[in-house]
Amino acid sequence: MKLKFSPPKSLKKLNTHYCAGCGHGIVHRIIAEVVDELGIREKTVGIAPVGCSVVAYDYWDFDCCEAAHGRALAVATAIKRCRPNLVVFTYQGDGDLASIGIAETLHCANRKENLTCIFINNACYGMTGGQMAPTTLLGQKTATTPWGRDYREGDGFPLKVSELLANLEGVVYVERVAVSNPQNVRRAKKAIKEAFINQIEEKGFSLVEVLSPCPTVWRKTPHEAVKWIDEEMVKIFPLGRIK
Amino acid sequence: MSKKVLITGNEAVVEAAIVGGCSFYAGYPITPQNELIRQMAKRMREEKRVFIQAESELAAINMVFGAAATGMRAMTTSSSPGISLMQEGISYLCGCQLPAVIVNVMRGGPGLGNIAPSQADYFQATKGGGHGDYNLIVLAPASCQEAFDLTFLAFDLADKYRNPVMILMDAFLGQMAEAVEIKKRKIKNYKKDWALTGAKGRPSRIIRSLFLKEGVLERHNLELQKKYKKMRKEVRFESINCKDAEILFVAYGISFRIAKEAAFLLKKDIKAGVFRPITLWPFPYKELEELTSDKKAVFVFELAYEQLAEDVKLAVRNTPVYTYGRLGGGVFDEEELVNFVRKKLNEVKV
Amino acid sequence: MAEVKINKDRCKGCFLCIQFCPAKCLKVSESLNKRGNQYAEKIEDKKCVGCGNCFLICPDFCIEIYE
Repeated sequence: MKLKFSPPKSLKKLNTHYCAGCGHGIVHRIIAEVVDELGIREKTVGIAPVGCSVVAYDYWDFDCCEAAHGRALAVATAIKRCRPNLVVFTYQGDGDLASIGIAETLHCANRKENLTCIFINNACYGMTGGQMAPTTLLGQKTATTPWGRDYREGDGFPLKVSELLANLEGVVYVERVAVSNPQNVRRAKKAIKEAFINQIEEKGFSLVEVLSPCPTVWRKTPHEAVKWIDEEMVKIFPLGRIK
Repeated sequence: MSKKVLITGNEAVVEAAIVGGCSFYAGYPITPQNELIRQMAKRMREEKRVFIQAESELAAINMVFGAAATGMRAMTTSSSPGISLMQEGISYLCGCQLPAVIVNVMRGGPGLGNIAPSQADYFQATKGGGHGDYNLIVLAPASCQEAFDLTFLAFDLADKYRNPVMILMDAFLGQMAEAVEIKKRKIKNYKKDWALTGAKGRPSRIIRSLFLKEGVLERHNLELQKKYKKMRKEVRFESINCKDAEILFVAYGISFRIAKEAAFLLKKDIKAGVFRPITLWPFPYKELEELTSDKKAVFVFELAYEQLAEDVKLAVRNTPVYTYGRLGGGVFDEEELVNFVRKKLNEVKV
Repeated sequence: MAEVKINKDRCKGCFLCIQFCPAKCLKVSESLNKRGNQYAEKIEDKKCVGCGNCFLICPDFCIEIYE
């Protein structure tokens, strides 16, 4: 019997600090698989965010860099401009990409930097205890919206980053995926692979938004969490290719 | 091969960056260094190096961080409010031990202030405007030629110590024009076996300043402190007529130029030596102490409220220290300084 | 013919694999692993069809499938 499914080579550490049922592990694995399948491990540089996955670089066996909160795309811009032969990607959460880093995100995309951006959307700020994120749904209870997100209370609306960035000329590919069931995971991998291939083919800025379960903050079991993505999150953040 | 040109301090920094092998520049416009970014945009592109007008100073310093992580010589420039925005980035550069050159062309503050010259970012530069235990070498040019020379040196020291280095200038120095000899110099290549170049034929590398496991960050800090101790050897200063002077003036940057004039004007009254720290960090405490031990008085002149004076007071023992400063973009002239010195000496009957 | 191997000590007990297994060949263990939680394990007399669903959804790289 042959080994058909196994963790990819570019995943160097297999015991993760993530919660049971957290989507990070799935996406870390997908990225490592894509890097291995494209044979680019020796020229890949990953930039970790600030958030639960701040130590993402502990899991990947290629060159990695930290970045100050929100600044990953500024760091990535410079790395790519200095060494254009490298394949540079950022891995960012809601706060990192859409709140504190929104300016860096927008302008990097607007400059049509040849980069791959993986955006993990779990509708909250996980690491710091579950505060409201730009992507938090209306009515969703979080640490800073104890009675539910309410735009009438000045909490704003869920930010649809994919749709926003799709409007920019510098952005060549935007797709929203989820890691809420095996079929979606397959689609997520296809999208992430395309985002990496776009960079290799020097097409411009690619964004893949990944709806990811956060059972701990959502106060749900892993089963309930993936169900919530498939039933509730996709109403506000529909899956599919946006650009 | 060299040429002598009449250029401003801002432009001298640009030429030094080009000669010094700066491969990456990111900046944001801010007065009084807009000429610098404009000249960088032209020269970097002419030399086929990377120039980015970033969306903010926050973005600029983080781009410099990224460029430095790949082993390239990187620089950003700004003025006081923009440098405030960069403090987090500077702390990160130090935490990750990345070389970079940061130029602050100081203007009046605090807050939005004005666009006139100032030296009120001394504390921010030397006592750490960012968080954590870190130090930067801070170089203070006092002429356009020095703006060139010290910027070139800054790139070297940054690579040598794997640390950011700051050039502290002011609006006066940035905007005034003097003759500058632009000379191509040999760039010392430092081995960068930590740089992110793609993990080909070697283990993968991580650039990080986060160390959560117990004791690891402390060990990292102790290593950094060992490095900063070595960096203290890079102290540089200039002393003019200090040995048999009766009083001593201490000033840096544009204040030094004016203080030097004042000392000359006072020649008939009293022998005044002028001491100029070139490195504001490491500050020449020992050297200053030795020169002031036999003086009747020390005068500190700065375009700030007693910031340089604090370091001078740490160095000087048994000699009274008198301070004269101008604030919020105000600039003194040599006559003002002469009058102050005469008045003070009369008061204390020296 | 396929075989699924689960690293029981790495398993955090999210049980998403059990939820998405079409062959219903996985179950929650009775005992606890080294982490102190119940883990997913293969039901002995059920057949793995090698679809890979469990592998795809497992966030902790616990699963290997042979075919």
